[in-house]
Amino acid sequence: MTVTVNRYKCGYCGACVSVCPRAALELVETWIEINNACNDCNTCVNICPIGAIESVKE
Amino acid sequence: MKDKYDVIVVGAGPAGSSVATTAAKAGLDVLLIEKRQEIGDPVRCAEGADKEGIKRHIKPDPRWIAAEVKGSRIFAPDGTKLQISEELFGAEVGYVLERKIFDRALAEQAVSSGAEVIVKTRATGLIRKNKQITGIHACSIGELVDVKARIVVGADGVESKVGRWAGIDTTLAPKDIETCAQFLVSGIEVDEYCQFYLGNNIAPGGYAWVFPKGRGMANVGIGVLGSRSDKGMPVKLLSKFVKHHFPKGKIIEMVLGAVPASGPIEKTIADGLMLVGDSARQSDPLTGGGILNALDAGVMAGTVVASCIEKDDVSEKALMEYERQWRETIGKKIRKALVVKEKLVTLTDEQFNTLAQSIKGECDSTMGVFDIVLALFRANPKLLWEFRNLIK
Ligand SMILES: Cc1cc2nc3c(=O)[nH]c(=O)nc-3n(C[C@H](O)[C@H](O)[C@H](O)COP(=O)(O)OP(=O)(O)OC[C@H]3O[C@@H](n4cnc5c(N)ncnc54)[C@H](O)[C@@H]3O)c2cc1C
Ligand code: SF4
Ligand code: SF4
Repeated sequence: MTVTVNRYKCGYCGACVSVCPRAALELVETWIEINNACNDCNTCVNICPIGAIESVKE
Repeated sequence: MKDKYDVIVVGAGPAGSSVATTAAKAGLDVLLIEKRQEIGDPVRCAEGADKEGIKRHIKPDPRWIAAEVKGSRIFAPDGTKLQISEELFGAEVGYVLERKIFDRALAEQAVSSGAEVIVKTRATGLIRKNKQITGIHACSIGELVDVKARIVVGADGVESKVGRWAGIDTTLAPKDIETCAQFLVSGIEVDEYCQFYLGNNIAPGGYAWVFPKGRGMANVGIGVLGSRSDKGMPVKLLSKFVKHHFPKGKIIEMVLGAVPASGPIEKTIADGLMLVGDSARQSDPLTGGGILNALDAGVMAGTVVASCIEKDDVSEKALMEYERQWRETIGKKIRKALVVKEKLVTLTDEQFNTLAQSIKGECDSTMGVFDIVLALFRANPKLLWEFRNLIK
């Protein structure tokens, strides 16, 4: 897993979920869960309207 | 909650409530689940909708009508103004709704038609018997449950998972989504017109909007084409826009969200399953409007569900009737809108300005969308050659 969501910033809108090609994201009521299918493509990072998703360099 | 229903509808937005109402009225046993604890909240919408369209589905009620609008104005990047009647944005203006109340009123309508609604209950997967979908796994107020149904309807909005679970890939490419931010701004002067602002510095591949909400308030928002967005762009651009246009305005609410702008997708049904509304990507790719398409598709889906259950055949083949109906109506409209959108996102600010200036004189407040396209085409045959098929 190589992206993280800042849940203090996230507005739980689901935009990121709809573009994730790996279905790695899930909007659970008011927060985003990321599973390990994520392959660090960064698509969600650029879609999030408020910039709540960080890509983490390992 | 029982352990078996005729129909389970996942998601209590306009699409889900519309399917549930229609199917329950036809006498079916319907469960409508919503993962949020409050239906309609938080809002992800600019709340504009065509009056006549809304009236087809629910009796107008002042509790959910925030304002009524007379028409719209479009501003080119250089400020050239086009003023047009309410049909311009197709079904998108007329009422400005209060969606928190509107969505709940639609759910109430489903309940009074006989459906059961359960909130804070999230579908987490599909139950299958061979190829056939026969129910859902869900998490209901923290408890894992399995619920069976003859048909599962995915009305789970832009973030839809139901289709993907059934093998229908509804993932949106960044070029097929508008990522949006909106502020409810108070203490400002707005009249009874919706305003749209075009320009690559204002909203790359999208537009900014101002929808009056009455009492000196407006929904002021921005949609950016996903493929042209970067981290947090919609909120940054919106803050700039609001500062410029409403320096004295106070922001009293913030909305984030995204609208599918893909046009019709390949498939919205499977054995024992159908998708409706934003989950079926039925929103208008040009305007981002999706409320009415969701409501209309909901009625089509609910009606087909009822007749398929009556005939005891919920196979993909039997559900084709739904697919046929929505493609014939909504599908045709959004396919045309997609052609226009794909052209608009390629225009430079200079081209926007030229287009707007070319029809400024002819444009009056009685023109609808079709007249505008015609006028644009007459004035700019070269630039708009691709649109000739729309005009035939
Ligand atoms: C900023 C913005 C502005 C917009 N402006 C307009 C406008 O002015 N006019 C217009 O017509 N349209 C507008 N739209 C589009 C419009 O909001 C949508 O098209 C419309 O809400 C679609 O309805 P729906 O029922 O398909 O989906 P939604 O209204 O999104 O409802 C889906 C529901 O499903 C629930 N759900 C999701 N997953 C699950 C699950 N696993 N289990 C249970 N429940 C689940 C969600 O919580 C949600 O309540 C706008 C959209 C945005 C983002
Ligand atoms: S980085 Fe790519 S794969 Fe990972 S969650 Fe985001 S969109 Fe999905
Ligand atoms: S797109 Fe951003 S704000 Fe929206 S749910 Fe995802 S992380 Fe949260």
